Amino acid sequence: MKRNNTFKLVTISAIWLWLGFFVLLSFCMIIVASFLTSNNDTVFALPLTLHNYIQTFSPIYLKIFLKSFYLAILCVIFCLILAYPFASILAKLNPKYKDFLLLLLMIPFWTSSLIRSYAIIAIIKTKGILNTVLIGLGIIHHPLQLLFTNTAVIIGLVYNLLPFMILPLYANIEKLDPKLVEAARDLGANWLTTFRRVTLPLSMPGIISGTILVMLPAMTLFYIPDLLGGAKSLLIGNLIEYQFFIGHNWAQGCAVSILLTLVMGLMLFVYWRSSEGRQDQGAFK
Amino acid sequence: MADYVIELKNICKRFHEQRVLNNINLQIKHGEFLTLLGPSGCGKTTILRMISGFEEQSEGELYIDGQDATDLKADERNVHTVFQSYALFPHMTVFENVAFGLRCKKIAEAEIQERVIEALNIVKLADFAKRKPAQLSGGQQQRVAIARAIVNRPLVLLLDEPLSSLDYRLRKSMQLELKQLQRKLGITFIFVTHDQEEALSMSDRVVVLHDGEIQQIGTPRQVYEKPSNLVVAQFIGEVNIFPTTVLGYENNQITVKIEGEKHQYKSTKPYATNDKVNILLRPEDIRVYDTKEVRDTTEMFAGVVEEVIYKGTTVDLMVRLDSGKVLRAMEFFDEDDDSLVYTLGEKVWVHWIAGWEVILPNEA
Repeated sequence: MKRNNTFKLVTISAIWLWLGFFVLLSFCMIIVASFLTSNNDTVFALPLTLHNYIQTFSPIYLKIFLKSFYLAILCVIFCLILAYPFASILAKLNPKYKDFLLLLLMIPFWTSSLIRSYAIIAIIKTKGILNTVLIGLGIIHHPLQLLFTNTAVIIGLVYNLLPFMILPLYANIEKLDPKLVEAARDLGANWLTTFRRVTLPLSMPGIISGTILVMLPAMTLFYIPDLLGGAKSLLIGNLIEYQFFIGHNWAQGCAVSILLTLVMGLMLFVYWRSSEGRQDQGAFK
Repeated sequence: MADYVIELKNICKRFHEQRVLNNINLQIKHGEFLTLLGPSGCGKTTILRMISGFEEQSEGELYIDGQDATDLKADERNVHTVFQSYALFPHMTVFENVAFGLRCKKIAEAEIQERVIEALNIVKLADFAKRKPAQLSGGQQQRVAIARAIVNRPLVLLLDEPLSSLDYRLRKSMQLELKQLQRKLGITFIFVTHDQEEALSMSDRVVVLHDGEIQQIGTPRQVYEKPSNLVVAQFIGEVNIFPTTVLGYENNQITVKIEGEKHQYKSTKPYATNDKVNILLRPEDIRVYDTKEVRDTTEMFAGVVEEVIYKGTTVDLMVRLDSGKVLRAMEFFDEDDDSLVYTLGEKVWVHWIAGWEVILPNEA
């Protein structure tokens, strides 16, 4: 009994210490730093100021914010469209094939996503594999100009983040009782109504977790716009990276990071409130 | 209106070349309470899923209200199912669950309100309309599932072991409620169960299934008292079996040897000498007497009490006959015999009233 308690105490305090030190403390440091000033001589200096935040609302920053959101939302939508059917099929498969497909989904993680982004360049560049194949098959006559466009950035983001949409969706859909679909069909719902009124609302938690897991990295994966977008399209991630490594304005970088966290938190809060309010309806729209 | 609400003609079903249903012929009348009874894996749920449209027969024809239903999808059939797990939509309130079928049919909102409340009143859950299924007890969820089906006024209500996850007391009261509900609504109920007691107490007719084939169709009384074969007799209730050989048959009397002695029993069905037969007796038809109680022991068998199980309303006995065969007997308390005290190892006489036995040919 006593030994058990000691073990419990040690493991739990280890986790708390770890989280406290590396998550809570560093987050507090970022918050504090975002109110300080940076200049070329010192990383952080007094006095406390709101300047970093006010700066963030300048038109150029807002433009980057909006652009990032636009790309991230597009990325989420494409991920959803691709991941939903995949996750549904995966959930219904025989366990034998299921494990194999899940393994296929994991394998890309064994290679750095940076390397894989270079591989995408090799595929989509003007004289790359994709264009060679399409021209060879006679489908197109002039090579597609994909590299260094927003399309390339989206392709890169969706490719990198798709598993983060598939996995939570799969976990959610797999748990859905197939009898619920049968019950809906039995009560006279065609497949579209069944999907809209039963399957989709019940897989909402999976959609939300997938969206969160995809949305935040989509706004901050700075090397993808750098590599595939030709450093033309700045994302929030690029902005933060720029503030830290080139602009030597760490305080500003911290403020942007905090704002990003706040925006994501706000979105979660809005979702949470709206799902509370939706509790007792479920009627046809 | 067609003669039969559901008609199955020569239905066969194979899953991966394995036969699960073989030559099923069944006609179900309007407004009847029909039970499909059998052990798990006998194909009873497959028949139900075929009627609801979730399985398609490999061979044969299925008619719903006289119309060939083979090509009708589940949502196009006017039959509704109460699932074993209830399958209530967890994200909808009780009201919305019940309204689901009506909304699918695009019925006017005012009528939906009226009919849902009416259905919830029938199952005595009108006060729970705003709750979510997770906030209800098992029995209440069961009622919502029933309300959700009957609100659509189906031709047939299919019930797939709906009471199996309820506790004993609740199951008993739901049995009674279901039976009353069925009488009140006049809807045909097709009820699937492996519980023979449930089948006997609720049904107008029972279909006994075994290994994908119909063994017997009859009223509860018929299947219990006049089982058509050994499978039915053994599945429904307890039974003692004396396998034996026919020694002679004349004047509707069959002569057989039981426990080394010749006995004569009535049999309208003729048998030839040397036919193998089984003499069947229900435990409650067997009388057990103290050696001091009887004088004339000509039609009796001697035995020793091997086990006594007190059950409140009855005392169940295991009696080992001289041949070594063990019989089950069930003795009821009554005015003549209010003590029913038996001790282990006590010598007794076993007897039954002639005519209470069932004689079946031995098919094996």
